[in-house]
Amino acid sequence: MTRNMLIAGFGGQGILFAGKFIAYTALLRGKEVSWLPSYGPEMRGGTANCSVIISDEPVGSPIVLCPDILTALNLPSLDKYEEACAPGAEIFINSTLINRKGVRAGARFHYIPATKLADDAGIPKLANMVMVGAMIKRAEVCAWEDASGAMKKTVPERKKELFDANLRALEIGYNFDGSAVL
Amino acid sequence: MEKLMLKGNEAIAEAAITAGCLHFFGYPITPQTEVAAYMARKLPKIGGVYLQAESEVAAINMVIGAAAAGVRVMTSSSSPGISLKSEGLSYLSGCDLPAVIVNIQRGGPGLGGIQPSQSDYFQATRGSGHGDYHLIVLAPGTVQEIVDLTRRAFDLADKYRVGVMLLGDGVLGQMMEPAVIGEYTPAVPAKPWALTGASGRPKNIVNSLYLDPEELERTNFERFRKYEQIRRDEVLFEEYQTEDADLVLVGYGAPGRICRNAVAAARAEGLRAGLFRPVTLYPFPSEALKKLAERAKRFISVEMSMGQMVDDVRLAIECRRPVDTCLRTGGVIHTPAEILEKIRACAKEEGLI
Repeated sequence: MTRNMLIAGFGGQGILFAGKFIAYTALLRGKEVSWLPSYGPEMRGGTANCSVIISDEPVGSPIVLCPDILTALNLPSLDKYEEACAPGAEIFINSTLINRKGVRAGARFHYIPATKLADDAGIPKLANMVMVGAMIKRAEVCAWEDASGAMKKTVPERKKELFDANLRALEIGYNFDGSAVL
Repeated sequence: MEKLMLKGNEAIAEAAITAGCLHFFGYPITPQTEVAAYMARKLPKIGGVYLQAESEVAAINMVIGAAAAGVRVMTSSSSPGISLKSEGLSYLSGCDLPAVIVNIQRGGPGLGGIQPSQSDYFQATRGSGHGDYHLIVLAPGTVQEIVDLTRRAFDLADKYRVGVMLLGDGVLGQMMEPAVIGEYTPAVPAKPWALTGASGRPKNIVNSLYLDPEELERTNFERFRKYEQIRRDEVLFEEYQTEDADLVLVGYGAPGRICRNAVAAARAEGLRAGLFRPVTLYPFPSEALKKLAERAKRFISVEMSMGQMVDDVRLAIECRRPVDTCLRTGGVIHTPAEILEKIRACAKEEGLI
């Protein structure tokens, strides 16, 4: 089985880190995995994106053209990639910054007010990890138990505060049930 | 051995350090800057020298100096920067000095763009600068292969006293994949020719100037005898589903990966496609490709350029079979779908569907 994920948003929203974290959850399970960032001028303030492929087979092309999972942290990303999604894709929408519904036929949409949830928790820079938490729960990107292992690989343990904050952001996204009015 | 998620560019740097390379001279350019950044962080801590030169020309001349002193040395750049280094690469080769040169290619000509490309194939495989010489050219396809080939590059450079180029592209430089660094024992031969101070021995001279044509001819013939041995002993390639293939894709680097998806998709449609992936571009794996031409009906050179490696494919198979191309350039990357489309078109022409 192969899962093609595309995570996209503004440069500075932690898109590449979110992808790296997910890649590590797969590595720890012994999966084949690739991570490829956009590295153009968009990194300096435009729309950044990151392809992550998790597979049982060696990964050929590392470029995700037709995502099974799309996570859009901002509106330009949803506008750009929504139509390219695979039939039945899981599409995660940061509903704090994206004030429209998804339109891709056949997709399953998850509206997560990630920026607001992160702000309310006092960790405003970690909306990315709130989204990842929701992906873990709703798209079964990995088991919850794999998350703290991957965090150890991606956040240096000496930065305890950062480690805890990232884990908390994941939990917030994981536990968000969608019924809260925001 | 622990598998880590490693970025291609950082894998080059770390592998070079484990191969005993403690000297790096470079100048930043996208998409390979992480090589230099990694070296800048690491080398000063382990007694090495990282120096950001004032230009690519200065950097390659520093490489020549360090190589002449007998130490393992590397420089890294991307396409326009390699053009600037090419004069130095000719001098390096004229002096028979070992060094490793990394080119993480971007679109050209001129300043071009910063997205992945393979349009420096001719430049890399034909020597890039003036005069009769070649570099060994290694083309990794995965991050693990980047680690393995970077180390091999240093060993080959020392074994033959030649420049070895690691030829990648923006995809390979920027992507992360699981890879193992692990232990490595570099094969460093004695270097009695190196400039080490001449105390208690006759002086050594490292030079590429020969005013006597007979002597220059002799050194060139000698150098080409080395290349003959390299062509005999150092060829590397990988084959994927070629055993029964009617249609053989030839691709290296990022397109080499994308071709795998296309081959799998073609097989699912009942088309017997395969992939031949050269790992050494100089020496080009001509013999193996020629052997494939005995049964394969058609070849397709898949390149991120206007078609450069295709010449070597045609030469290798001595034009016994038709050779098509599937080309993207300027920083545009193939999709598996368009390669599959090309496979279908070729299958139709061969009367296979």
